[in-house]
Amino acid sequence: MTLPASPMPAGFSDPVFEGQAAFRALMDAMVRPGLVVTAGAALAPPAGLMPAAAAAILAICDFETPLWLSPALQGGAAGPYLRFHAGAPLVTDPASAAFAVLDGRHEAFRLTDFAQGDASYPDRSTTVLVQVASLTAGKQIVVAGPGIAGIAELRIEDLPDDFGAQWQANRAAFPLGVDLIFVSGNQLVALPRSARLVGEAA
Amino acid sequence: MYVAVKGGERAIDNAHKLLADKRRGDREVPELSTAQIREQLTLAVDRVMTEGSLYDRDLAALAVKQARGDMIEAIFLLRAYRTTLPRFGVSEPLETAQMLVRRRISATYKDLPGGQVLGPTFDYTHRLLDFGLESGSEPAAVATAPADPDATMPRVTDIIAGEDLIERNPPADPAAPVGDLTRDPLNFPAGRDLRLQNLARGDEGFLLALAYSTQRGYGRTHPFVGEIRLGEVEVEMFVEDLGFAVPLGDITVTECQMVNQFKGSATEPPRFTRGYGLGFGHCERKAMSMALVDRALRADEFDEERKAPAQDEEFVLSHSDNVQATGFVEHLKLPHYVDFQAELAFIRQMRREQTAAKEAAE
Amino acid sequence: MSEPADPDLIEARRRAMGLFARATEAELREPLQQHWPDHGARDLKPVEAGLVMLRGRTGGDGAAFNLGEASVTRAVVELPTGERGFGHVLGRHPARARLAAVADALWQSEAARTLVQAAILSPIATRLSAEKGRHQTETAATRVDFFTMVRGEDAA
Repeated sequence: MTLPASPMPAGFSDPVFEGQAAFRALMDAMVRPGLVVTAGAALAPPAGLMPAAAAAILAICDFETPLWLSPALQGGAAGPYLRFHAGAPLVTDPASAAFAVLDGRHEAFRLTDFAQGDASYPDRSTTVLVQVASLTAGKQIVVAGPGIAGIAELRIEDLPDDFGAQWQANRAAFPLGVDLIFVSGNQLVALPRSARLVGEAA
Repeated sequence: MYVAVKGGERAIDNAHKLLADKRRGDREVPELSTAQIREQLTLAVDRVMTEGSLYDRDLAALAVKQARGDMIEAIFLLRAYRTTLPRFGVSEPLETAQMLVRRRISATYKDLPGGQVLGPTFDYTHRLLDFGLESGSEPAAVATAPADPDATMPRVTDIIAGEDLIERNPPADPAAPVGDLTRDPLNFPAGRDLRLQNLARGDEGFLLALAYSTQRGYGRTHPFVGEIRLGEVEVEMFVEDLGFAVPLGDITVTECQMVNQFKGSATEPPRFTRGYGLGFGHCERKAMSMALVDRALRADEFDEERKAPAQDEEFVLSHSDNVQATGFVEHLKLPHYVDFQAELAFIRQMRREQTAAKEAAE
Repeated sequence: MSEPADPDLIEARRRAMGLFARATEAELREPLQQHWPDHGARDLKPVEAGLVMLRGRTGGDGAAFNLGEASVTRAVVELPTGERGFGHVLGRHPARARLAAVADALWQSEAARTLVQAAILSPIATRLSAEKGRHQTETAATRVDFFTMVRGEDAA
């Protein structure tokens, strides 16, 4: 038998309580777009994968949630780690993924590459996790919508230049469209499809 | 509208204490262990597993004890418990043809390859109370006879299929999605996969009554038991991280192949059709009822007129689940004070209006 | 990690895992204690109880349907030498699942496989085979021959 190439980093040491804590953080982030929450602080995932992204996947994914990793992450240790701890099947087609992780620091992205859901089941769209360098510096985007008192201002590093246009198009397809979660280290902020872009600034 | 009633906490706590006391019963009588229930009330355990839709003999025995022997309450407990556990995967389809058979009978052929074995059955007992059990006598030693360890038992339906006189099952497409009503709500018309899942979890009494109704003329399907088999089958689960299916052990199941007459249609020659039943443990009555109702629900496939309750998919599948049914029926006993006050006010108003109308007419 | 592609080896490992899954706790614990007291396996994830959805086939041989779930306990361990062992047993049995995972990890080491076979797998297989034989002979004693009686006056 061939041996695993390298030791497997640990997942949640207490899957029930740590999974619930990460789920709670994700839920808070989703219902309050723009709110930066902490998740996965105790995790040490393999190189290339940020702790908050790992926590989100470990809390939510299982064998029934196809997971797509971007080219930047595909070759590394993130895939085996997430498949091992979450049991999620790794898929090569982003449109067939329930969840996706990509690295905004190295990759541009097109939201239309992912599953958009359908009229009967809008929930079947992909939830896309984008790893970025910072959630406190970078491009400013201003959103409004459910869960937001007035407006929310987010700062996100590494957004593609056409992000505003992409998000407008995503919003226009409502109730279809992807949900975004931006991750930096052990922090994350969500941009659900219900959030309307009302302004942006470099 | 349901309005929660405040207060009563102490009464509820005390009622639960009283329940626990009554469950224990006379302290002069030794307490029943869950192991005793698991080993000696096996068919109750099997029913709770089948309708609770969770194969775990220990948990089912505990549920029977906690529920004081109330089957539906025990099934409810098991259904509730399963929601706390993560699902690791799905099994490869159980290969009932590979079963280690403990009982196998056919009502259609007396001479079968592999033979007929009665196994542990109530059939042919005289239904006389055995007072020996009351005094705790040991059962007689089990008889044995030589057996070929490698003997196989081909399915009866395969024998008829050889002559093309019985319908073939639709071949399995491993890529086709398999409906799961624990994940997605049931929609109509439901595929046969969802129907079978629903029936497998369905209430034995409800399915038995429906099955009986088909025999009495409400959706006549002229059935024969092609075969009933009981025994152990291996469970294998595909593990994503290994890339292959891993054997997990064995479970006991009961399978019923019902063979039904079919006159043929404009496009199909006369042929036997089939209904299928499968359940956890030894659950023969349930498996037979399931097979009869499965066949009755296929009326449209064979251009049969759909007029009996057992042929009405929406009726059958919407009312088969005893946890849902008991929830809706039993909720009526919970406080409905506000609803009732509203109805009272409404009735009084109608009375007033009626009286006023009468007086105006006079 | 890449699992071996050799189908014979996978089949042999599957057979071994099937026996580990059916072993009693003592059938695993005792030989492991005796022959590999210092195996040093560590948990790669906490031993956990969960569910497997059991599927049947329509008519016994047709398309799959979901029959109901079963409880299952899972353990994954790694030996200091890198072999990764999986233990899956039906029911809620954390100790058995973890021992099965350790045994599966040891089985993958070519150096240990022969002893795993002799000290763990053979006794389990022998017991299971005896149990199967007993069930078969008990069942065989209930074999029945039904006779069809010819009815009516014309029976010659």
